[in-house]
Amino acid sequence: MDTAYSATHRPETFRDETFRGDFSYANSPGNIRHFPFPFHEDHYRYSVNIEPHVPGLPGSAFEHLIDVDEHYLAEMADRAQVLAEDPLRYQALPHMMLAQWDTLELLMEEQARAYPHLFTLERNGDQWRWINRPLGIDDTFTFGDPSTLPREPLDYICRQTQGDIALMDQREGNLWMDAGMITAQADWSLDFDVGMNFHEWHAPVPLAPQMGVFDRALKYLLNLQVGKPVRRLNWTMTINPRLDTSPETYPKWGPDRTTVTPENVGQKVHLRVELQSLWRLPRSNGMLFVIRGYMMRMDEVVTVPKWGRRLPRVLESLPPELAEYKGLSRYRQTTIDWLKRHDDGAPTSPGIFPD
Amino acid sequence: MMGDLQMRVTALHDEAAGIRRVRLEPVEGGLLPAFSGGAHVVVAMPDGDVTRRNPYSLCCDPEDRTGYEIAVARAAASRGGSAYIHERLAVGDVLTVGAPTNLFQPDWRAKKHILVAGGIGITPFVAMMAQFARAGLAFELHYAVRSRAAAAFAGVLQDRYGPRVKIYAADEGARLPLGALVQNQPLGTHLYTCGPERLMDAVLETARQAGWPEQALHSEHFMAPPPGDPFTVTLGRSGRDVAVAPDQSLLEALEAAGINPRYLCRGGVCGECATKVVELRGTILHGDHYLTPEERAESRTIMICMSRFSGDRLVLDL
Repeated sequence: MDTAYSATHRPETFRDETFRGDFSYANSPGNIRHFPFPFHEDHYRYSVNIEPHVPGLPGSAFEHLIDVDEHYLAEMADRAQVLAEDPLRYQALPHMMLAQWDTLELLMEEQARAYPHLFTLERNGDQWRWINRPLGIDDTFTFGDPSTLPREPLDYICRQTQGDIALMDQREGNLWMDAGMITAQADWSLDFDVGMNFHEWHAPVPLAPQMGVFDRALKYLLNLQVGKPVRRLNWTMTINPRLDTSPETYPKWGPDRTTVTPENVGQKVHLRVELQSLWRLPRSNGMLFVIRGYMMRMDEVVTVPKWGRRLPRVLESLPPELAEYKGLSRYRQTTIDWLKRHDDGAPTSPGIFPD
Repeated sequence: MMGDLQMRVTALHDEAAGIRRVRLEPVEGGLLPAFSGGAHVVVAMPDGDVTRRNPYSLCCDPEDRTGYEIAVARAAASRGGSAYIHERLAVGDVLTVGAPTNLFQPDWRAKKHILVAGGIGITPFVAMMAQFARAGLAFELHYAVRSRAAAAFAGVLQDRYGPRVKIYAADEGARLPLGALVQNQPLGTHLYTCGPERLMDAVLETARQAGWPEQALHSEHFMAPPPGDPFTVTLGRSGRDVAVAPDQSLLEALEAAGINPRYLCRGGVCGECATKVVELRGTILHGDHYLTPEERAESRTIMICMSRFSGDRLVLDL
């Protein structure tokens, strides 16, 4: 383990950047190794790939269970703008109030524990004080009483947490997406999916249902226990570092896919990774689904030689149905051709982390 | 098992005739996770050479994070767990307790919750009612007991919830008015029952006949693993034989032999310990509530926490 990696992840400053317009989003050199590169081998293979969500390699996105990084303030500003333009990106059905409080507690506890220099949670019975230094928030409220917060508890805490959040209710041997705040999604819609069960919202995914993947995954999740969260990585690609690639705004970002040329691949094409974590909620027995997104442009990916070799090999092995589902078909080959210049054919080491 | 807690017995209280309440607090101090009404924990108890791990519903306020409480009835034919708690457990003892798991959670959409308990089946409802009351949800408890002396928690529940708690003591000639209970309930009412199988069957059947949808009916079928004739199981991966004693479950015998299969509820409900049957010459005595009748007939899967075997040869994918 080199020194860059033995350092604890402790963001001190936040980048002033945009995810629209001039797209000034970028990763600082020091943040590149923090990225959760999703491919542990050179060949693409579909799997549920669920593992325990336990603290991982120091300095990586896995070090803290709720990850905060240099993009925190910019992401919260982009989220506020999305919500102002489309309030339906936040929804919570009435029976989810207990799960909302569960989620507020969990996200406050995890962030305050991991980043005491940024967040503080003081509890005195049900009188709680929450301090969020980056956003300049210092609120005192009564846990369990929604009237003491400026917004519903889920709305309140999601505006202070990186990543999209969905809350699921468990009943009838299924999980139902009954609340959430989704503003940085890879082309799906909470307004469309709200109230659906696990099989319904996964229906569009190709190949996997025939493999019985969703039946197995659901069975596994229904027995998820408090205090034993699990995670998986999902990925796609996005043209320009746009967080809000939702069906509602497709006209704004869909045409970007036609703008990729051999000259601009390094700047425009981004690998987009979701570190998805699932948590059993204690009071409601509901489930919290955190979809924490990371983006990295091809120029940045190839600064890690192992990733530069592996990514074109994985993209070449991707089944066409999946390339289509992920929306990569138009620019996949252009991207592979560009990346190949960074692949000298050398073998790569197993696992996702840089050598 | 990951996530297990070391908990000290800080109080023992005879809640009613033959029912002992146990308060457990974390040895390390600090706050426990809150839990949801209807949740249970698996408690590991030494019993001679064997470690018994039994599921017990949590019967305290889920917001009291300083301790968990369970209540255990003295079973007539105890395999060990209930006798251990009633005869040997003492204040100061330390037990290993798993994280709370809920297979009997309220449906939070319900406009009203009707709880029907029989005897020791009251325990999950104690925690549920604490949550309903805090959230201002409509509920009522109908509690059938042999006698008021045997009615655990009856006094404290009546004090807390007043007329929302109704007690029916058999020795006073009172019976659960099941027919009336399921009539004229508001749309969106959910019904929950826990207690002896016969009571639960009667509650569910009465509701079904009155036209209740299956989604509005909830029951908790926890049982201790049944004793039975001894048998031998063969582990397919190693070829090793493991003997299962009359008062041991298959899961307990495997654990005693150093195999650690996955499990969660140990009561035949959650499905976590489903194990593939590789070879079968004989009959699986299915004791779970998880497999469908078709799956039972096929016997390609066995729930090792509850089921036994009779015959010449049983090989499992372990």
